[in-house]
Amino acid sequence: MKTMLLAFAAIVLITITANFALQTAGFSSQEQNLGAAVRLDQ
Amino acid sequence: MARALFAFLSGVLLSLLLSLAAVAQETGVPDRSATGGAQTLSDIMSRQRGAQIDDSFRSGATGNPDNAAGLVNPLGTLGGVSDPELWRALRYGSADVTVSARGPAAGVVIQNEGIWWLNFREGPLMRGGAWLLGGTLLALVLFYLIRGRIRIDGEKTGNTVTRFKAVERFAHWLMGGSFIVLALTGLITLFGRTVLIPMFGRDSFALLAGSSKWIHNNISWAFIIGLILVFFMWVLHNLPKRHDLTWLAQGGGILKKGVHPPAGKFNAGQKLIFWTVILLGASVSLSGLSLLFPFEMPLFAKTFAVLNSSGLPQLFGIGDLPLAQTPHQEMQYSQIAHALVAFVLMAIVLAHIYIGSVGMEGAIDAMSSGEVEEQWAREHHSLWLDEISSEDRPSDSAPSASEPTVE
Repeated sequence: MKTMLLAFAAIVLITITANFALQTAGFSSQEQNLGAAVRLDQ
Repeated sequence: MARALFAFLSGVLLSLLLSLAAVAQETGVPDRSATGGAQTLSDIMSRQRGAQIDDSFRSGATGNPDNAAGLVNPLGTLGGVSDPELWRALRYGSADVTVSARGPAAGVVIQNEGIWWLNFREGPLMRGGAWLLGGTLLALVLFYLIRGRIRIDGEKTGNTVTRFKAVERFAHWLMGGSFIVLALTGLITLFGRTVLIPMFGRDSFALLAGSSKWIHNNISWAFIIGLILVFFMWVLHNLPKRHDLTWLAQGGGILKKGVHPPAGKFNAGQKLIFWTVILLGASVSLSGLSLLFPFEMPLFAKTFAVLNSSGLPQLFGIGDLPLAQTPHQEMQYSQIAHALVAFVLMAIVLAHIYIGSVGMEGAIDAMSSGEVEEQWAREHHSLWLDEISSEDRPSDSAPSASEPTVE
């Protein structure tokens, strides 16, 4: 049972890390689509 | 290799899908002299029936700037392209479009296939998926009512054997736990507009949908990691063996009380689930990545090219699958393949969860503590028990557990 809970904790950790990594690497929808004449953050 | 497998799986699924949706191909060139070459009532009726028509007479009618009247003639058509011709060029993707937003899809101003995809998504896909999951649950309930819980037939020994090490259980729960969340959030996404909004209202659903999307997108990495770990840890144990045929011939012993065909660490049923999860899991992961990075991983133009060269679509009477696709069409096919494969996986996982928990006494121990009752192992995995027993003791004087038992 402890291993199962550890795996669930790992799922949460991977989920948060993946989101942080993708945002930092510029994969947000905003960064993917904005251009010189397109503002999506205002 | 993974792409080839994905191409094959997706192709088979889409071939089936397209064969269902296939409609009679109009042949011959209709007489359009009455409309001056424009579409006729027959064309409109054919489109409304869902028949495929050769619309090159429209897609090619996008004007010609060389025909523009000279500057000295003020009554000439400006630019040689009329408004309908301009919109037609936009619709068929042949207009020279410049947009400020980035991305391969930004230049697609009109996307012609959206309604077909939406109708399929909100019709056959949702209905079929609901029937599949509902039918699976019903079948499991009926099976439980008829067969009951599969008990350990022999007398329990009180001894346990280690079935799965901690790292194996960790990988299993990493994949399984993330899959359950992916399934639930995926269902929320698919059924939200038609089922959940009428139940909870738009405001409540907006929060649920946003959270669901965030979780679905990011938890997918845990599933992919779990899938890879499980594959490498268990692939050798899941190679087909001769005794699997015996197991299958006896229905795994789950249909009749007291029948225990021999099996290794994994029986034939578990092997089927393993390979289904690996292949469909890889497929759903690839289509998921294609959806996660929109327009960056087009999969289907190449997949369709492979299928066309294989002759499969022609064999089913579908004809050549379309090779040139707009970025949106690629995403639509990815969404359909993702959902179809996910529904099949969900149905299989429901059966797996049933037999691993309420369906069979002692089975849950294998994935909770990792220790199973020796008698359980003797009845369900006798060859494996023999194997680990012989590793533990140097002499083989002890009785073998691999003999099929009928009690």
